[in-house]
Amino acid sequence: MASPAHASGGPRRDGLPASETGGTDIRAGRRAARLERIGERTAWIYTGLVFGFLFLPILIVVIYSFNAGRHVTELTGFSTQWYTIAWSDRFLMNALRNSLTIATTTAVLATVMGTASALAMDRLSPRLRWLMELLTYVAIIVPGIVIGIATLIFLVTAFDWLNPWLAYLAGVDAPHLGLGAASVVAAHTLFTMAIVNVLVRTRMRGMDRNLVEASEDLFATPWRTFVQVTFPQLLPAIMAGALLAFTFSFDDFIIAFFTSGQDQTVPIYLFASIRRGVNPSVNAIATVLLGVTIMAIVLAGLVYRRGQRRGGAGAQG
Amino acid sequence: MAQNDRPGRGSRAALLVLPATLWYVGFLVAPLIVLAIMSVGVRSPNGGYQPALTLEQFANLTTRITPLTNTLGLAALNTFICLLVAFPVAYTLALKVRGNWKLVLVALVVIPFWTSFLIRTYAWMTLLGANGVPRILGWVGFEDVQLLNTPFAVSLGIVYNYLPLMVLPIFVSLERLDRSFMEASRDLGAGPVATIRQIVLPLAAPGILSGIVLVFIPIMGEYLIPILLGGGKTYFLGNALADLFLQSRNWPFGSALATLFVIGMVVLVAGYLALSRRLVRAGRESSLL
Repeated sequence: MASPAHASGGPRRDGLPASETGGTDIRAGRRAARLERIGERTAWIYTGLVFGFLFLPILIVVIYSFNAGRHVTELTGFSTQWYTIAWSDRFLMNALRNSLTIATTTAVLATVMGTASALAMDRLSPRLRWLMELLTYVAIIVPGIVIGIATLIFLVTAFDWLNPWLAYLAGVDAPHLGLGAASVVAAHTLFTMAIVNVLVRTRMRGMDRNLVEASEDLFATPWRTFVQVTFPQLLPAIMAGALLAFTFSFDDFIIAFFTSGQDQTVPIYLFASIRRGVNPSVNAIATVLLGVTIMAIVLAGLVYRRGQRRGGAGAQG
Repeated sequence: MAQNDRPGRGSRAALLVLPATLWYVGFLVAPLIVLAIMSVGVRSPNGGYQPALTLEQFANLTTRITPLTNTLGLAALNTFICLLVAFPVAYTLALKVRGNWKLVLVALVVIPFWTSFLIRTYAWMTLLGANGVPRILGWVGFEDVQLLNTPFAVSLGIVYNYLPLMVLPIFVSLERLDRSFMEASRDLGAGPVATIRQIVLPLAAPGILSGIVLVFIPIMGEYLIPILLGGGKTYFLGNALADLFLQSRNWPFGSALATLFVIGMVVLVAGYLALSRRLVRAGRESSLL
C-alpha cells in the first residue's frame, strides 16, 4: 500500500522510518499525483473542446436558418422567411417526396428480407450458410461509390439490351426501362438488407433457445412460435435495423448520385444548390431535417427501451 | 437438433433466404461481374466500353501508380489524425465518466453522425469560408488566411465526419478494461504515461484496429469532402472513380480501378479479421497473468 502515488505528502502509514530513498520516494509520489491531476484536467478540457467542435457547425446552421439577411456574414434579425422559401420550392418538395418514398421502400424491403434471411440462415447446410455470410459481408464491405458505379453500368447495359426486345414484343406502347427511384431502392436495399441481417443474427445469438423448444413441445405451429416467441425477442434488433436502413437511404448521396437518373433526392438537391452558391434556405431545410432526426432518435430510444423491458420480462415469465 | 427432423424445415428455410439471395445475385454479384468484364475491355473512341479481352487497363494502373499510392497515403494519414483526435475522447468517456453521464455523452458523440452528411459539410464550408474563421483571424492580425479549399479543410471535414466511427469501438474496448490493472500499475510505481503505454494501449488495440478499418474504408472512397472542402484539389479514390466514369468516360479503366479497390478492401477486411482474432486471444492471455 506504500505506493508512491498514494503517499501524497502525508507521513508514511506503515510506520517505517523514512530512509534516504524515502524522501525522494515521497517527492516522486507528489510529482506523479500532480501529473495525474493535470492529465485528468487536460483530458476533460480536451473532451469538452471536441464536443464543441462536434456541435459548432450544427449550431451555426440552426442560427443562420433564422437569420433575416441573405448573407451569412452578419446576423441581421430574426426571420422565418427561409422556411417559407424552402417550403414553396417545387424542386425541393419533389426531391423530398422522392427521398421519403425511396427511404420508406428501402426500409420495408431491407427489414423483411434481412430478417427473413437471418431467421433461416442457421438452418441452411453449412456450405450454403457460408455462401450467404460471404455475400452479406461483401455487400457491407464494398464501398458505396463502387456499388453506385457497378449498379449504374449494370443497369444501363441491361436496359440497352432489354428495351429493344420490349419494343419488339409489345410494340409502340412498350415500357421504356431507365434509371430512376427504383434503381436507387435496388442499390440501397442491397447494403441495408445486409446490415439488418447482421443485427438480427447478433440478437439471435443472445436469445433463449429454450423458449422456442418449449413452444414447439407445446405443439405450437412454427408460425405461432415465431409470432409469440421469436419475433418479440428480435423486435429491438429489427426496429434498429429498419431505422438504420431508413436513415442510410434518406442521407445517402453517392449511390443515388449514380443511380437516380432524372429523379432528384434531397441530398442530390442539396449538393446542387450548395455548388450553385450561397442559398440560406439550405439552412432551413437542414434545421427541419435535424429536428426530425432528433425526434426519430428519441422515439427509437423509447421503443427500444420498451422492447427490451418487455423482451426481458418475456424471457423471465 | 430436434428442429431438423421435422419435415419441410429445409425447404422453408430455403424459401426464406430466397428473396435475399436473388437480391444479392441481381444487384451485387451481377454488377460486380459486369465491372470485372469491363475491366478487361477497352474504351470505345467516343467513351464508354468496347468488348475486348486484354489486361491493358491493369497495366495502365501500374503506370499510374503514383496518384494511387498518394491517395492511399492520404487516406492513411487522415485515418491516423482521426485516431489521434478520437483516442483521448474515448479514454475520457470510458474511464473518467461514471454512471448515466457516460450514456448521455456517448449519445452526444453519435447525434451529429445521424444528421445529414451534406449539411454538416456545408456548415464547415460556411465556417471556413472567407466570412467565417479567417475573418476572425483577421481581427487578431492574421490577414488573408486561406482555410477553405486546402488539405487542412479536407482533414478537418474527415475528422469531423468520421470521429464517431473511431470513438465508439475504442470506447467499447476501453469500457471493458479492468480498473484494477491501472491501480496495480500505479501501485507498482508506473507513471501515467507508462500506464497508458503498457496497460491501456495493448488492451485498447482491438478497438483501435476496428476504428481504423471502419474509418479507412469510407475515406478511401470519399467523394464529397474533397469536392466541397478541398475545392477538388485533394483527391481520393472516390473522386478518381467518379471522374473516370462521369467526365472522361473511360469505363474500362474505371472498372479496373474499381475492381482493384474491391479486392483491396476484401483483403483488408480479411486481414483485419485474422489480426483481431489474434489480438483478442493475446488480450485474454495477458489478462490471465
